[in-house]
Amino acid sequence: MIRTASAILRKDLTIEVRTKESVPAMTLFTVTVYVLFHFGLDRDSLDGELASGVLWVTLLLAAVIGVTRLFATEREQGGIDSLLLAPVDRTALFVAKATALFLYLLLLEIVAVPVFGLLLLGPDLFAAFPELAAILLLADIGLAAVGALVSALAAETRARELIVPLLLLPLVVPLLIGAASATEPLLREGGTSEDLGRYLALLGGYDLVFVLIALAVFDYLLDD
Amino acid sequence: MTLRLEPGQTLAVIGANGAGKTTLLRVLAGLLRPHAGLARVLGAELPGETWRVRARIGYLGHDPLLYRELSGRENLIYQSRLYGLAPERVEEALGAVGLERRASEPVRDLSKGMVQRLAAARATLHQPDLLLLDEPRANLDPAAAERLEPLIGRASGRARVLVTHDVEGALAEADQVLGLRGGQQAFALPASEIDGPRARELYA
Repeated sequence: MIRTASAILRKDLTIEVRTKESVPAMTLFTVTVYVLFHFGLDRDSLDGELASGVLWVTLLLAAVIGVTRLFATEREQGGIDSLLLAPVDRTALFVAKATALFLYLLLLEIVAVPVFGLLLLGPDLFAAFPELAAILLLADIGLAAVGALVSALAAETRARELIVPLLLLPLVVPLLIGAASATEPLLREGGTSEDLGRYLALLGGYDLVFVLIALAVFDYLLDD
Repeated sequence: MTLRLEPGQTLAVIGANGAGKTTLLRVLAGLLRPHAGLARVLGAELPGETWRVRARIGYLGHDPLLYRELSGRENLIYQSRLYGLAPERVEEALGAVGLERRASEPVRDLSKGMVQRLAAARATLHQPDLLLLDEPRANLDPAAAERLEPLIGRASGRARVLVTHDVEGALAEADQVLGLRGGQQAFALPASEIDGPRARELYA
């Protein structure tokens, strides 16, 4: 399974490097939204709840772009048939797609979070590390698991651009609550989070539940 | 319909557009679940046991199942990893379809004929026992079609289910002929017992 997943992942990353369809679009969208907030709110020193909300809602909306594109190549170029014909565990496809999305989100955040700090955040962004990195990492795992599942579900539908956000966004509400609540105290001047451990556990639990659900049902999603 | 195909034999499937030829092929490949009836491929009952015979089936359909942004070689290397094949098998397959010199170019830059040759290399990379072929000579010039004979033709020695509109060609190379009309069997006969005019009635 690992061999197959790594073959699919390597193929996906090669295609992404050549086509530049997902990560640049996600990054451009996020940076644009932060610029819009910068001018729209007419403030360049957000903190606390508002800063956390703007950071996370924008990242989640950017993730929708990645999720919509995640199975595009397979759908358009017969990749799903090719995998169904091969003697491989179909779960490998989920593992590869979720890993690809996880890496896309990491790349997005490497650019988007410093831009957020620069354009919108009042307190020093680097003071929020390494706690913020842990929150981002756990949120990305959950987003990648749910995103790969939703993307596979929507892949064969005609209105996938509509179905992906309609399915994905409600499913990630618990993740948004956990990530935004955990981040909020870190984005205050001199702020620390006493409840950080509790929120990290919530995010970890969310990740575990959705990874297990995805592993259990993914096989059936690919059946005709 | 009731059919039985022996090893090394060819079954030609003919019928007008929409008769169900491609659907039949996709059911046999395990890509579609049959709504009724029993299909047994290489001893495995479909769809429950498809996993047992996937490595023994080669499928060449309308879609080449190749990634346009990857080169021909990269596509075959990817397939070889899915099937757990040795890397040398990729160069052998490229040589067999005469694409060694264009193997590093992205598939999107190749002509339709070259893409079809590459798709044939993909379908036979794992040296399957059964070939499911849907218009396999589409877009091929006569020289390319001849070149692919040892891979996907009768000379391959493999059992083949061949979907085609070339009635005369099908009668010449098949052992059995299945005629489909509106998703139903119109006839299933040994090729020696059917002639061109009767076969063409399916298209009337």
